[in-house]
Amino acid sequence: MFVVATLVFFMLRIVPGDPIAAMLADAGGQEEVAALRAKLGLDQPLVVQYFKWLGNVLQGDFGNSIYGSRQPVSTILLEALPRTMSLAFMGFVIALVIGIPAGIISAMRRNTPTDTAVSLFAFLGLSMPDFWLAILLIIVFAANLQWLPAIGYVPMSDGLWLWFKHLILPSIAVGTAFSAIIARMIRSSLLETLRADYMRTAASKGLSPRALMMDHALPNAMIPVITVIGIAFALLISGAVVVENVFAIKGLGRVLIEGILNRDYPVVQGAVLVVSAFFVFSNMLVDLLYGMIDPRIRLS
Amino acid sequence: MEQSTTLEKPVSAHRRRENRLLATLAKDKKAQFGLIVLGLFIFGAIFAPWLAPNDPNEMTLDMMVNISGTHPLGTDDLGRDLLSRILYGTRISLLIGFSTVIIALVVGVSLGITAGYFGGRLDFIIMRYIDLQWAFPNFIIAVYLVAVFGTGLFNIIAAISLAFIDDFARVARSMTLSIREEQYIDAARTLGFSDFRILFGHILPNTMPPIIVQATVSVSYAILGEASLSFLGLGVSADTPTWGLILADGRGFISQAWWLGVFPGLAIMLVVLSINFIGDWLRDALDVRQAM
Repeated sequence: MFVVATLVFFMLRIVPGDPIAAMLADAGGQEEVAALRAKLGLDQPLVVQYFKWLGNVLQGDFGNSIYGSRQPVSTILLEALPRTMSLAFMGFVIALVIGIPAGIISAMRRNTPTDTAVSLFAFLGLSMPDFWLAILLIIVFAANLQWLPAIGYVPMSDGLWLWFKHLILPSIAVGTAFSAIIARMIRSSLLETLRADYMRTAASKGLSPRALMMDHALPNAMIPVITVIGIAFALLISGAVVVENVFAIKGLGRVLIEGILNRDYPVVQGAVLVVSAFFVFSNMLVDLLYGMIDPRIRLS
Repeated sequence: MEQSTTLEKPVSAHRRRENRLLATLAKDKKAQFGLIVLGLFIFGAIFAPWLAPNDPNEMTLDMMVNISGTHPLGTDDLGRDLLSRILYGTRISLLIGFSTVIIALVVGVSLGITAGYFGGRLDFIIMRYIDLQWAFPNFIIAVYLVAVFGTGLFNIIAAISLAFIDDFARVARSMTLSIREEQYIDAARTLGFSDFRILFGHILPNTMPPIIVQATVSVSYAILGEASLSFLGLGVSADTPTWGLILADGRGFISQAWWLGVFPGLAIMLVVLSINFIGDWLRDALDVRQAM
């Protein structure tokens, strides 16, 4: 995390283009530019700027935005974080709700039209750009059918249903690609599990097909699925960054992109750091979870 | 006698692989579809100036015209012909998709086989860097690098290539670690072959099947990544038609002009789908086992 923070800071400083020049494009003379530079601390040597920044970050202070309202970056990020987390979480739920049953059904009905349909859906899900899916969903469900809102985000405190309603379309856009991966993963891992010796033993004990599936095959088939959850976070976060911009949800992704377009260093630094931290922690969580579900890993 | 069989063996193994590719292709309808569709897009990209009905940036007074004979896919809010813009966009998408993967492959595989073959401190240094990069989603790396480098064709290619290096390095290294222990590598060493010759003559060719599969997957991700970047306004430039940019430009008008929201995305999906089909076929045919 520390290395990342350092990289993030120095890399951005090599950006050509001066934010001060952009801010005072028509208004400022030389003196005003110098004054603003001093005020924002941009006139000090890089190393001084770096240690100041690092010390502040450790205290949760990311500095102020140097663009527009000049709000503290921490305020902007704190406002954005729950939006991105809601979106990523709902996307994950959607992926599981679609992916797991689809994978089980196609494994049980192997080589039937149902199986082919699921596999085609999986290919389409993997190949469709998430922002395009988002646009299609808006065309169909918001513009034409008018069932769901096209843009915006409502915090959970304003009502659970309202929150949920605004998140349905964005979460489908974010979760579809991962649901495709889950479905393919479960199908192939179930097919492998069903061929295992202990499955034959269990079947010869006279267990019903349902018990075989639910108690024996599925838990074992789930293990490789958990390993791809790391990939899921990469997909969900990347997806959220793009999809937030389609639905005008001011989450981390939109803050990040607006920061880049405005050359707002403190905001970009803060957003990249928080996105990275979010990603690193979720992966750590998955590792822990993995050990809980598969005792063999804990032992070794 | 003895000598002729040892000389012939690699040739026949090579031919067997080729036959297997063709034999599986004949049965694989999805791969056939993929090759044909991708071929059509490559054809469209090369011959765009002859195929496009209009100049892609020419503005006319026919604004937001629906599908018609003169504008097969309609026009946008500035009266530009959508088919022409999508055709020219194919050039950027394919150029970036393939060039970034070639760069990432060359750099990543060189790092990976060097780390795997020599081991020790070199391996440690290379792999710490790769691990660091591995800890981040490729797309976030690319976004961040664009923030650092700025937009533009060259910068986008650099950003996406860099983001993919770790994937290739990891595959190449793990393949090298297992190949390094093979007897024919011992034999080559005993014969006094240089490290360079062993690395590029013996190890590299044997790491190829999983790397080819990885490359195919990466091309589809690179094309999706470029489209996302240009959709977000971090693309090649505001006046070069790319698929992501066409979608971003048309986004505000989708309720009046559905074609602006549908066709550019359809183009992206068809190309990526074709590449995924091809990747699946190669994975089966080259017998590569991988998580994804």
